[in-house]
Amino acid sequence: MVAARGVTKSYGALQVLKGLSLNVERGEVSCLIGPSGSGKSTFLRCINHLEKHDAGELLVEGELVGYEQRGDKLYERSAKQICGQRANIGMVFQRFNLFQHLTVMENITIGQIKVKGVDEDTARQRARELLLRVGLEAKEKAYPVQLSGGQQQRVAIARALAMEPKLMLFDEPTSALDPELVGEVLDVMRDLASSGMTMIVVTHEMGFAKEVANSVYFLDQGVIEESGAPGDVLENPRTERLRGFLSKVL
Amino acid sequence: MSSTESEGGTSLQVVPLKHWGRQIGAVVVLVLVAMVVHTLLSKIPAPSGAVVCHTLNGVKTCHPVVVWRFSWNTVGEYLFNPLVLGGLWLTLQITFWAMLIGITLGLVVAIMRLSHNRLLSGIAWFYTWFFRGTPVYIQILFWFAISTIYPQLTIGIPFSVAFVHLNSVTLFTPLLAGITALGTNEAAYFSEIARAGLISVDEGQIEAATSIGMTTSQTMRMVILPQAMRVIIPPTGNEIISMLKTTSLVAAIGVLELTGIVSEISAANFKTVPLLLVACLWYLLCTTILSIGQFYVERYFARGSLRNQPMTPIQRLRHDLRGIKGKFRTRRVVIHS
Ligand SMILES: Nc1ncnc2c1ncn2[C@@H]1O[C@H](COP(=O)(O)OP(=O)(O)O)[C@@H](O)[C@H]1O
Ligand SMILES: [Mg+2]
Repeated sequence: MVAARGVTKSYGALQVLKGLSLNVERGEVSCLIGPSGSGKSTFLRCINHLEKHDAGELLVEGELVGYEQRGDKLYERSAKQICGQRANIGMVFQRFNLFQHLTVMENITIGQIKVKGVDEDTARQRARELLLRVGLEAKEKAYPVQLSGGQQQRVAIARALAMEPKLMLFDEPTSALDPELVGEVLDVMRDLASSGMTMIVVTHEMGFAKEVANSVYFLDQGVIEESGAPGDVLENPRTERLRGFLSKVL
Repeated sequence: MSSTESEGGTSLQVVPLKHWGRQIGAVVVLVLVAMVVHTLLSKIPAPSGAVVCHTLNGVKTCHPVVVWRFSWNTVGEYLFNPLVLGGLWLTLQITFWAMLIGITLGLVVAIMRLSHNRLLSGIAWFYTWFFRGTPVYIQILFWFAISTIYPQLTIGIPFSVAFVHLNSVTLFTPLLAGITALGTNEAAYFSEIARAGLISVDEGQIEAATSIGMTTSQTMRMVILPQAMRVIIPPTGNEIISMLKTTSLVAAIGVLELTGIVSEISAANFKTVPLLLVACLWYLLCTTILSIGQFYVERYFARGSLRNQPMTPIQRLRHDLRGIKGKFRTRRVVIHS
C-alpha cells in the first residue's frame, strides 16, 4: 500500500529525512515513534505530497506520489492530479485544523461536495453516518470553537473519512489533548483499525501502539533505526537510542 | 442593613460601589450636549435687520424678525431639491463603482503580493507603493488628462497587430476618469487590508484543505477568504465610509456629486451654510445606513470565531432594559455558613 525506498528531504542545509525506507501493507496499522524533530511529520507530509521529497521512491498503491515516471525521468504531476491523489489519503493533524467558519456538518460535507462532486443529500447522509460512528451525532450544527479538543479531533477524523480514503495518516492526533480526552480519540482510531483501514500513526501513546499496531517504526534523525512487531520493538529494544527514548516516554 | 436568616445561610444586601468620577463626568457631558442642542435650535435677529410692527390698542410696537441661527427652513427647502438628490445619487454610484474596482483589484494585488513568484510580488509591492504614495487628488487629475496623453486606445496583440482603435476623449468621460482614479487608488489601500486578512488565517487551515484534495483556488475561495473576512470587514467598512466622502474630490474635474452640486447652488444663491448642512445630513444618513450594514456583515463573518455571537443592537437594548429593571430590585446574595 505504501512503499518508501531511500526517501530523502532537506530544508536548505538541514537534511531531515536521510534515506527512509518502509513498507506498509493494505489493512495494516503502522506506528511511527521517535523523538521530536526526528522527521516524523515531514515523512507523513511527504506521503500525501504536502511536502516534496528530494530523492528516493515513494509509492502509494503502486503509484509514485507527486511524480510520474516516463523513461528514466520523473515528471512532476499536474496540480489537479496531485489533488486527486491526496483525496484518497486522509490526514489528521495534531491541532485538528477544522475549518473554523464551518459547522461540523459543513466541515464533513465540503470535501465530498467540492472535491468529489457528491450531491449534497448524499454527502449529508454520509456525514451523519460518520458522526454516529465517532459518537457526535448531536453536534452537527456546532462550530469547532464550541467543541472540546477531543470532540474536534473526532470531527477531524470524520472529515477525513468522508473522502473515503484508502489510507489514513495521523500526526500525533492526541498530543494536543487533555489527558482525559485522549481515550475517546484512541477509541475511534481503534475502531477504525479493526474495520480494516490502512493507517500510519505518529504517536507517543505506546499503549495504543502495542495493542493496535501491526508494526512499529522507530525514527531517529531522519532514518528508521528499528522496526518490527510492537512486542519486539517496544519490549526488547535493540539499540541504545530506542531504549533511551522509551524510558522517556513510558 | 437588613439581614435575614435563611435556610443554611445568611442573606445580605449588596451595596454597589459608587463611581463618583464617572457620574460627574456624565453630568458635564450632558450640560455640553444641552448647550450644543440649544445653539443648534436657537434663533437670532435676521441679518437683514428687518422688523415687524403691529398696533395694539393704538400702541405701535416693533421688534426685529427672528430666524433660525442655522437656517433650518432653508435646509428643509433644499433637502429634497432634485439637483441635490441627483448629486446624492451620483455620489452613491461613484462610491459603489470605485469600491468595486478597489476591492476586486486590491484582492488581486494582495494575492500577487503573497505569491512565491518574485516578479508578481514585486509588481504588487510597486503598485501599492505608487498609489499610496501620491495624492488621490493628483491621481484624479491624471486620469482626467489621460486622453491628452493617450488620444487613441488600441486593442490588439501587444507590439504587433491592432484590432480596434478607440477615441479616448469620448470613451473616458470625466465620470469614468473619476471612478477609475478613486478605484485604482482604493485598490492600493484595500490590498493591504486584504493581505492582513489573508495572512491572519492559520496555516493549518490551508494544510487541512489541501489534504482533502482541494485545489489552490478552492482553498482560497472556500477556506481562506471566508475566514480572512473577519479581519477584512471592519477596516473595509471604514474605507467605504471614507470613499463616500472622498468622491467629493471629483468636483475638481467637473463631476458634480453631492458636495459639488451644493457648492454650485450656494455659489449662485449665497446660502452657503444651509446648503452645506444639507450635504452633511445626507452624508450622515448614508454613513448611518452603512454602519448598520457593517454590523450585520461583521456578525455573519464572525460565526465560528466566538463561542457566543455578539448581540444585535435590538437584543442589546432589550438586555439593557432588563438590566435597568433589575437595578431597582434589591440584590441579595446568600452566604452559606
Ligand atoms: N518548513 C520547514 N523549514 C525548515 N525546517 C523545517 C521545516 N519543517 C520542519 N523542519 C525541521 O525538520 C525537522 C523535522 O521536523 P518534523 O518532521 O516536524 O519532526 P517531528 O514531527 O518528528 O517532530 C525539525 O528539525 C524541524 O525544525
Ligand atoms: Mg511532528
